[in-house]
Amino acid sequence: MTRIKILVDGVDYSDDVEPRTLLVHYLREQLGKTGTVVGCDTSNCGACTVLLDNSSVKSCTVLAVQANGHEVTTIEGLAIDGELHPMQQAFHENHALQCGFCTPGMVMQSIDLLHDNPSPTEQEVREGLEGNLCRCTGYQNIVKAVLAAAAAHRESAPGAVPSGGST
Amino acid sequence: MPPATPTEAPPEPAAPADAPDATRGDVAGGVGHSAGRPDSTLKVTGEFAYGSDLWMDNMLWGVTVRSPHPYARIRSIDIAEALATAGVFAVLTHEDVPGEKTYGLEVADQPVLAFDVVRYQGEPVALVAADHPEIARQAAKKVRVDYEVLEPVTDARAALGHATPDLHGDQAGQVTELSRAAPYLHPEGNLVRHLKIRVGDPDPVADVVVVGEYDVGMQDQAFLGPEAGLAVPDGVGGVDLYVATQWLHVDQRQICAALGLRAEQVRLSLAGVGGAFGGREDLSMHVHGCLLALHTGKPVKMVYNREESFFGHVHRHPAKMRYEHGADRDGRLVYVKAEIYLDGGAYASSTPAVVGNAGTMGLGPYVVPNIHVDCYGAYTNNPPCGAMRGFGSVQTAFAYEAQMDKLAAQLGMDPVELRVRNAMAEGSPIPTGQVIDSAAPVAELLQRLRAMPLPSDLDGADLRHLPGGVSNTTHGEGVRRGVGYAVAYKNVAFSEGFDDYSTARVRLEAVAGAPQVTVHTAAAEVGQGLVTVEQQICRTELGVDTVVVHPKDTQVGSGGSTSASRQTYVTGGAVRAACHRVRDRVFALAAAYLGETLDDLRLEGGNIVSQTRGAVGSVADVLGTEVVEETTQWRHRRTEPIDPETGQGFAHVQFAFAAHRAVVDVDVELGLVKVVELACTQDVGKAINPDAVVGQIQGGSTQGMGLALMEEIQISEGKIRNPSFTDYLIPTILDTPPMPIEVLEYADPHAPYGLRGVGEAPTISSGPAVMAAIRDACGLELTKVPVRPEHIVDGGADREVSGTD
Repeated sequence: MTRIKILVDGVDYSDDVEPRTLLVHYLREQLGKTGTVVGCDTSNCGACTVLLDNSSVKSCTVLAVQANGHEVTTIEGLAIDGELHPMQQAFHENHALQCGFCTPGMVMQSIDLLHDNPSPTEQEVREGLEGNLCRCTGYQNIVKAVLAAAAAHRESAPGAVPSGGST
Repeated sequence: MPPATPTEAPPEPAAPADAPDATRGDVAGGVGHSAGRPDSTLKVTGEFAYGSDLWMDNMLWGVTVRSPHPYARIRSIDIAEALATAGVFAVLTHEDVPGEKTYGLEVADQPVLAFDVVRYQGEPVALVAADHPEIARQAAKKVRVDYEVLEPVTDARAALGHATPDLHGDQAGQVTELSRAAPYLHPEGNLVRHLKIRVGDPDPVADVVVVGEYDVGMQDQAFLGPEAGLAVPDGVGGVDLYVATQWLHVDQRQICAALGLRAEQVRLSLAGVGGAFGGREDLSMHVHGCLLALHTGKPVKMVYNREESFFGHVHRHPAKMRYEHGADRDGRLVYVKAEIYLDGGAYASSTPAVVGNAGTMGLGPYVVPNIHVDCYGAYTNNPPCGAMRGFGSVQTAFAYEAQMDKLAAQLGMDPVELRVRNAMAEGSPIPTGQVIDSAAPVAELLQRLRAMPLPSDLDGADLRHLPGGVSNTTHGEGVRRGVGYAVAYKNVAFSEGFDDYSTARVRLEAVAGAPQVTVHTAAAEVGQGLVTVEQQICRTELGVDTVVVHPKDTQVGSGGSTSASRQTYVTGGAVRAACHRVRDRVFALAAAYLGETLDDLRLEGGNIVSQTRGAVGSVADVLGTEVVEETTQWRHRRTEPIDPETGQGFAHVQFAFAAHRAVVDVDVELGLVKVVELACTQDVGKAINPDAVVGQIQGGSTQGMGLALMEEIQISEGKIRNPSFTDYLIPTILDTPPMPIEVLEYADPHAPYGLRGVGEAPTISSGPAVMAAIRDACGLELTKVPVRPEHIVDGGADREVSGTD
């Protein structure tokens, strides 16, 4: 067992983990943060995407010990006092989900995308979400939601860079 | 040979009286509005609990031991070492199944746990429960099964003893020496169903004849949330099961039979469902979890990983099809002969109904005067196949639409014009003789598609826009553009005389001085948005804003299956009927409240409104402390079985029509395809929730495109070679093009609000349109779906089968 200290969704955790524990299993099974889901086990689907120090990672390809001393933001840490993050709001308003299983990963990856490129074109949105699979929507409304979130952000805070998380 | 006598609808059953919709109007959040999903906030915040998220203290983890062989005799099973593992609470085999040892949706032929033989790779043989998932997995490896490996039957035709068809002869149905040796995989033989349609002249003659042979591969539903559930023993012999599924009550029926328990002892609740698409119609962990829970007295959770999911649910039937189309010089169809083989795999699942659809829908939305169809479903040792979105109609559409293009080429006609000339319309008979008695805008769908502007020409300047993107190593010298059209139709709801109903319980009460509705059905929400539709109908019918959707469970009557595009129709119909009963009781209460009976009342904006006098009271005041609750069963109109020799009969409830135009760029040197645009027109009768309707079309179109381009479970000697998302590819966001969509609303007078089922039709026509576009670009026949780069580059898999007989 190895002791790790991680800031997850604004809360400090100190836990003993097996060195081989994947970050996603630590989040789900040790912290009970089941909002981050597992879709494929092979890093193809991106449903388990979280932010590690504000950059997106597929949490099934990161060991919990690699996150030691770092900050993790999951889908559960985005809303502040019940107010949805603008990206969550955009997915909600643009019918960008059906079964919703891909949504946590899509939202986290989209936040990272806008962090890198606050004014993406439609094609750039598609390129930025290439690593996240959705089986229900045909992606059309996901693209729409991300573009809407980008536009909303430009209106509300010109020049600023959107960030994820409650920190 | 029977004449093509149109089959009329049987008399309508005595459905609950549906009074005219006096209360219908334009209600915010009601029918016709793009109301938001009630589960959307939970889904964007990660709070929505999928089956895999369920948790109880002290729960155990269940794991399934599966057969590595497609066909083998079980000599013995030794569980001793597994059971002795520290942390293991139970190891179960078929001997521990207390009730019926086999189950199934239509035929109870599938063992809960294998006994005597295993018939497919991945068949469940034993179960392990342990206090940690890794311990359970380790112990599962210690279950020793001694197999005598047998030669698997892996071809549907061979399984039935049919000769491989001779393209220029007609040897179907003849028994060969080779196939006589094919073993019976089930006591009654290897035939699950043979559907025949015989209409008109058995020896028709046509000016122009085209023949084609087509293969469609095995598609996976690839829902993103793998199978999962939690079984909790109640301590008095019963069990509660929380599971991601499509039809709680048909699950309950099968679980009860296997466990030897009564319905009230097996209570199901719907866990969050991460997509379904037909893949959750059959049982997965249901009985297994309950067996382990009852055996150990502890809650047991079972979650499949992605690899196990490929073995844990049925797939879309692969098909081998031979079609012969004859037409006159003007392009009018004279006859179609079709021979369709569907590989059902090891167990029947819903193969009989899939054969029913493939056969009766298998010529497409065209008027054909002379018909000869043989459609077979066979047992083999391949993975079991059953329901997937489009259900039998998807496979045949690839064949009949390729044939229509081939016929157009032969006649020198425009492919759209040929389709329009033969298009079904209201009043047309389908191959079963049933007359379409509502709108069938096949021609209009095609004409509207063609009128849509085409996307701009290939932008060769940016190499990333080439097929293959940055992995394209050329400068686009071999890139050709192609355009293809396809149109399809699909029967909505359950056919062939099935008693297809749904149950709804609607309660109206005043809560803190405001009216509130609670709607309770067992109809599964799998992502499509049924929960939203239920709310919308209640708002429209009862004029109340606040509608609570009760969790889905078996504490109310069956909602029927979330499949066959039927829930908005059937459960929507049930909710509306229950609302009408509630409304009538409120009007009775209003009469007592007002001291007089008014016959021009409606419910609107929380008030009881008289046509002549305006608002006469608030619903909350009229109710007082009264709770009005009504539970109603509702049925769509009755259908009939088809005649076993001629295939004639009023078999279907309703038809949904969709058409696609695909625009593709194909690199004919590299075999790479990029879909540039996928346009769709669909008639939905009435869009109950326009955003959700468009979402269904977008998702369905993408799945159909995936089958055309990349999706195939590859089987070798009965074994799956690609059970992962690394090797089984589904369309990514970069594979999926923009989708212009036009939604038509021609009301079906037989359906609630005039609606048509939406979910499946777009899955059927999109793939054939993509194939047509690729053929247009590269000039090859391309008879194998999905098309692979090597088919395009060397055309080697292609057979030259065009020409007249």
